Amino acid sequence: MTTRTIQGQKNLQNINQASKDGIGGSPLRPDGNLKVKGEFAYSSDLWHEDMLWGMALRSPHPRANILSVDISEALKVPGVYAVLTHEDIPGAKYYGLEIQDQPALAIDKIRYHGEAIALVAADHPETARRAVKKIAVEYEVLTPIVTEEQCLDPETHGYVHEPHEYKSHAYGNVCHEQRLVSGLGVTDEVRALADVIVSGDYEVGMQDQAFLGPESGLAVPAEDGGIDLYIATQWLHVDREQMAPVLDLPEEKVRLTLAGVGGAFGGREDISMQIHACLLAQHTGKPVKIVYSRDESFYGHVHRHPARMHYEHGATRDGKLVFADCRIVLDGGAYASASPAVVGNAASLGHGPYVIPNVKMHAIALYSNNPSCGAMRGFGAVQAAFGYESQMDKLAAELGMDPVELRQLNAMSEGDFMPTGQQIDSPAPVAELLRRVKDMPLPPPLDTEHLDVRQLPGALSNTSHGEGIVRGVGYSVGIKNVGFSEGFDDYSTARVRLEVIGGEPVAMVHTAMAEVGQGGVTVHAQIARTELGVEQVTIHPANTEVGSAGSTSASRQTYMTGGAVKLAAEAVRRELIEKGRRRYGWTHQDITLAGGKVVSESAGVLVSMVDLLGDEAVDLTREHHHRPTQAFDKETGQGFGHVQYTFCANRAVVDVDVELGLVKVVELTAVQDVGKALNPLSVVGQIQGGCTQALGLAVMEEIIVRDGKVRNASFTDYLIPTILDTPPIPVEILELPDPHAPYGLRGVGEAPTVSATPSIVAAIRNATGLALNRIPVRPEHLTTEQPG
Amino acid sequence: MRVTFTANGKPVEADDVWEGESLLYVLRERVGLPGSKNACEQGECGSCTVYLDGVPVCSCLVAAGQVQDREVRTVEGLAAEDGELGLVQQAFIDAGAVQCGFCTPGLLVQTDALLESDAQPSDNDIREALSGNLCRCTGYEKIMDAVRLASARKCAGKGSA
Repeated sequence: MTTRTIQGQKNLQNINQASKDGIGGSPLRPDGNLKVKGEFAYSSDLWHEDMLWGMALRSPHPRANILSVDISEALKVPGVYAVLTHEDIPGAKYYGLEIQDQPALAIDKIRYHGEAIALVAADHPETARRAVKKIAVEYEVLTPIVTEEQCLDPETHGYVHEPHEYKSHAYGNVCHEQRLVSGLGVTDEVRALADVIVSGDYEVGMQDQAFLGPESGLAVPAEDGGIDLYIATQWLHVDREQMAPVLDLPEEKVRLTLAGVGGAFGGREDISMQIHACLLAQHTGKPVKIVYSRDESFYGHVHRHPARMHYEHGATRDGKLVFADCRIVLDGGAYASASPAVVGNAASLGHGPYVIPNVKMHAIALYSNNPSCGAMRGFGAVQAAFGYESQMDKLAAELGMDPVELRQLNAMSEGDFMPTGQQIDSPAPVAELLRRVKDMPLPPPLDTEHLDVRQLPGALSNTSHGEGIVRGVGYSVGIKNVGFSEGFDDYSTARVRLEVIGGEPVAMVHTAMAEVGQGGVTVHAQIARTELGVEQVTIHPANTEVGSAGSTSASRQTYMTGGAVKLAAEAVRRELIEKGRRRYGWTHQDITLAGGKVVSESAGVLVSMVDLLGDEAVDLTREHHHRPTQAFDKETGQGFGHVQYTFCANRAVVDVDVELGLVKVVELTAVQDVGKALNPLSVVGQIQGGCTQALGLAVMEEIIVRDGKVRNASFTDYLIPTILDTPPIPVEILELPDPHAPYGLRGVGEAPTVSATPSIVAAIRNATGLALNRIPVRPEHLTTEQPG
Repeated sequence: MRVTFTANGKPVEADDVWEGESLLYVLRERVGLPGSKNACEQGECGSCTVYLDGVPVCSCLVAAGQVQDREVRTVEGLAAEDGELGLVQQAFIDAGAVQCGFCTPGLLVQTDALLESDAQPSDNDIREALSGNLCRCTGYEKIMDAVRLASARKCAGKGSA
């Protein structure tokens, strides 16, 4: 709220007082106190009288036929209350986010390592674990299909799913496909227009969200035959939509309340234990809690799609891009999850934030017997960014140009067109972000006089005292969409109530938004303060009693549910002022709310909210819909597909021990346009966290899958960055408002995860001269690869 | 079996403890102290860190029977009796070091232990001391800020005392 100057009035302070805890400030999290006291109730902390523990039996094979399941010995274990298979499911047997292709419990077939086959409810988790081991399953073990070549071989069609088993299943083992052609496409004539052509094959490993709070929740059967589920999720309503048919209950009898969520990053967009806990609770009539162990968590949620990509870029001698041709193959694994939307993102964003007159793209997601892949922060844009940014560096080297200058020369800006034909109709300061990130001061060179091993590659392993260490610097920029795309109306709902409590006006905000750590609850309170001129705001627990808030993903919650809170608060404000007009006959046109009062800029304080409200409350609910988008044409990829775009630029500085192949990221700088920072402290926190997950993908994180089997389902073997692996992350934010968005804001959470990985790999290339076409970069790549 | 020990200064007794149970399980499921977290249960993430006789340990790696007659202090024991937050707790909130918060209890105990032994750690000291505590949300920058803030406040407090 801007500060206005009003002359000749009393109570100036009250009128002018924009709450410092409104938007643009950084008030502290409303849940922070509970979280530091250990009293915040995460989904794994829940407890209920008479509660049972649920556990799943999971397949040790990636592909098999189930010949028989014998549960009799498991049922005999003292303390076991139920053992269920798919035969015990009362309703629909299949569910899924976009395609209902996943059985709640395996039916005759195993499609991936870790697929759930049966469930146990028992009085102690150890009892349940022992009973699970006594379930006897007879398998006919089959050869899994796990590579692109195997999946695209017509001989294997039907190995994962029967051909055309599902409506949107593309063909064979291709779950989804998107082509795109713009300009003249890429033909021999177009190729001839380029002075220089560079091409490359790039590969991205399977990354895990690795949120710390394991999948968990508590299902409580209700007297009305329905069920109450307390759950850590990203989207309460879409969970319910998938659960109700399986439980054979009407949606209104499946009531979900958000429990404390220990991180999400896309990994809670799909159902994990929700249906299983409810099935066991329905069957036993008792509350059932399920908490995954870390290894089960690796089997129980989808991952980031591994990708194989081929890119070809052509440019003129002076560095202007002429064409880009790209093929992206994403391994979606056994079940579709969000694969179709991930393909749409990869295809439409896969050429990066550059103006390219002629483009061709083919993106597919495969069905295979590998673990299912779906949503993870960056969602299809991450894989592609590694491809196109590697290409930009390769092209710059070929042309003898500075890699940042080459990017700036081709950078898109407002008014330019995406390869989809969509015009960028809000700021797109791509060249400016690059300029700023390059202008940030560099860290000092390695101080060989006063070495501290903790700053070196290998750190506390004490592998180097400075010898064999080479420094490198790399740059990158990325593009990400905000909100759900391709014609999807992912609206959000908010309810705002204003009433007097304890002699003070208090606003209550009620949404179904999943607070997963991002700080949406802080922002909702800030919006209510700004729009209603009150200090006291309470946040109602998120549940399905209010309309959908959409998913906490796609960098969309502040835009969408924040936008809904704004709409509802504005409606409450209008209604309150109207109430005053009716009662007092005000005729001023400049009435607003500030400092707990109804004020007029010309007449000063009109009445306090306490007096105007009295015993009554104003309680209104509003939906926020973003502007409509369109599906992409299947063949040409053309369409107004995305709501908003967001950009981040990075610079990475690395020290590489070239003898041992160890990397220390020394500094990772980010510059991002956020439109408007509603809470600068949280915005910076999002960017730093997003950069760190990108660092993980660049140099350490990968789920190792061999012949369809997961080999590192633990935090001992799947490594995420520690505080020693993570460097200082200086952040600069730009605030160029988007006229289409609430407060001009731009989604924040994903852009740095898209853009930061390639900068780190570029820095390692800069230090070593190696090609490094695969991420994560491993020590053996650095010690055995040939110079690129 | 029965296990009796002291938790946050109060005597506690857990009955029917299965021999394979960890201290973490007993704290969370038997004595009503779920603040210590269960992110990996194999000593990699540090989210279950508690003091055992004054030494920070991963409570998931301590068998319940090992704490017989010993003193445990958890995140729930960091605030004062009247609920006033400890110095490290307040610094984590003020610095924006808490996002999802699942790593927070372990980090608070580990930071508390660090500042007890060294009130003015260098950045490298902080990184070394906290290298066994994984955080997936913050990128650790705000956690560094929080520890520096707690250190500064602790030193200022001592200086004025």
